[in-house]
Amino acid sequence: MKKWRKLVLVAFLSVWARNAAAQDDLLQLAQAGDTLQPESVSATFKATRLVNGHTVETNGAGALLFLISHRFGTLNSGAYNFWGLDQSTIRLALEYGITNRFTVGAGRSSLEKTYDGFLKYKLLPQQTNGFPFTVTLFSSVALRTLDWPASEANYEFAHRLTYTYQALVARKFSERLSLQVAPTLVHRNLAETGFGEPDVFAVGAGGRFKLSKRLSFNAEYYYLVPGGAADAFKNSLSVGVDVETGGHVFQLMFTNAQGMVEKFFIPRNPGSWSSGDIYFGFNISRVFQLGKDKQSW
Amino acid sequence: MMARGFFLLGLVLWGWCGPATGQSRYYTRTGFISFFSKAPLEDIEAQNRQVVSFLDLKTGDMVFSVPMKAFQFKKALMQEHFNENYVESDKYPKATFKGKVLNIQAVNLAQDRLYKVQMEGVLTIHGVDRPIRTDGTLEVKGKQLLGKSTFSVTPQEFNIEIPFLVREHIAKRIAITVNVVYVPYVEKSL
Repeated sequence: MKKWRKLVLVAFLSVWARNAAAQDDLLQLAQAGDTLQPESVSATFKATRLVNGHTVETNGAGALLFLISHRFGTLNSGAYNFWGLDQSTIRLALEYGITNRFTVGAGRSSLEKTYDGFLKYKLLPQQTNGFPFTVTLFSSVALRTLDWPASEANYEFAHRLTYTYQALVARKFSERLSLQVAPTLVHRNLAETGFGEPDVFAVGAGGRFKLSKRLSFNAEYYYLVPGGAADAFKNSLSVGVDVETGGHVFQLMFTNAQGMVEKFFIPRNPGSWSSGDIYFGFNISRVFQLGKDKQSW
Repeated sequence: MMARGFFLLGLVLWGWCGPATGQSRYYTRTGFISFFSKAPLEDIEAQNRQVVSFLDLKTGDMVFSVPMKAFQFKKALMQEHFNENYVESDKYPKATFKGKVLNIQAVNLAQDRLYKVQMEGVLTIHGVDRPIRTDGTLEVKGKQLLGKSTFSVTPQEFNIEIPFLVREHIAKRIAITVNVVYVPYVEKSL
């Protein structure tokens, strides 16, 4: 009797195993069968800014990003200035994704009443089993509209312009870690100091480390290649956090750069961390979807 | 004794050997799955047209493999958040269903007709297995088999955490629609 029971059990198990095996086999077949292409890696960074500088990220097609950036005064300005919170510079900007890879933007900074516009194109996206980096090309122009001091009134319009060119190269090494290098050229039609050169070369480096799904730690450094600008000004170092909540990204940072346009934060930082010329600030971005993403629907 | 030993061995071998193949298998690799979330502040919809599914008419075995990154949203940012923050597509690239059509015997290929069917199996999303039972229809239409079903799931049951700040944006229950057109599977179809 017992033996029969065993037999029945074995028979039952084998039927069950057969079913499960059949389903596993089918599932294997199914999983091998999908038509997914080698995909582009998404979300190398949460925002279009690492801290001050741009990241490789572009907006999705039809996405309009409103960016409010704020830098308070320096921490070393003391209790009288409430450690910098009494002062502030602000930049308001709009960035629009014309395609998933091409973004245009424009902004206005209170610092030197500067207008800026930029073009950003994601040339090569990082692929899961292919190209190891995302490469984005960036170019911007900044226009100073602050009146010249009277003594310099003979400057021309062209003197108000500064151009920046960057090749942003980033790799998402893991879910958490992304690093970026940014060779940069800033061309000034009017150099800030008598001995300053019009062309300033710099290399930006930085990255993010995700502390949780919606929180990341970011750091960014711009190294000025030795020359007039490097002699007169300091390299910029910035650290911050990204906090993401749905359509918003909040970025809080400490940096020794006051300006939020390339012409300021790359070649023109008088203050250094060691002397306490540290600005607290934030970027807040909000994304609005205007056009429909054509590729998707 | 000997005979029974062989019998047992035979049973076990029968169980573990590859299942019978033949003309009973139907498949698709362009199946459609969409989900819809209706919440006070926002409606979210996503569509996937790269769903692979197999149906074995002899046994009723039914499987789905759903590449998560193939879900297309109207908003690029939503799609990014879906993959990055919610279903974690890099870690769990595919959702799967492994189960059976319970009343597969009722389906007669000889004539074009619509059948109500019951499915039962294990749905795996975000690495979490959940037993599921749902209704649907199978329609015989010439050489094709049209499968349709709707059901709903909650993010919680698949350990998909919805942060407090976006709770008003994401529905408690997400409605899922499945729509597949099966064709006979022959080796090398894929």
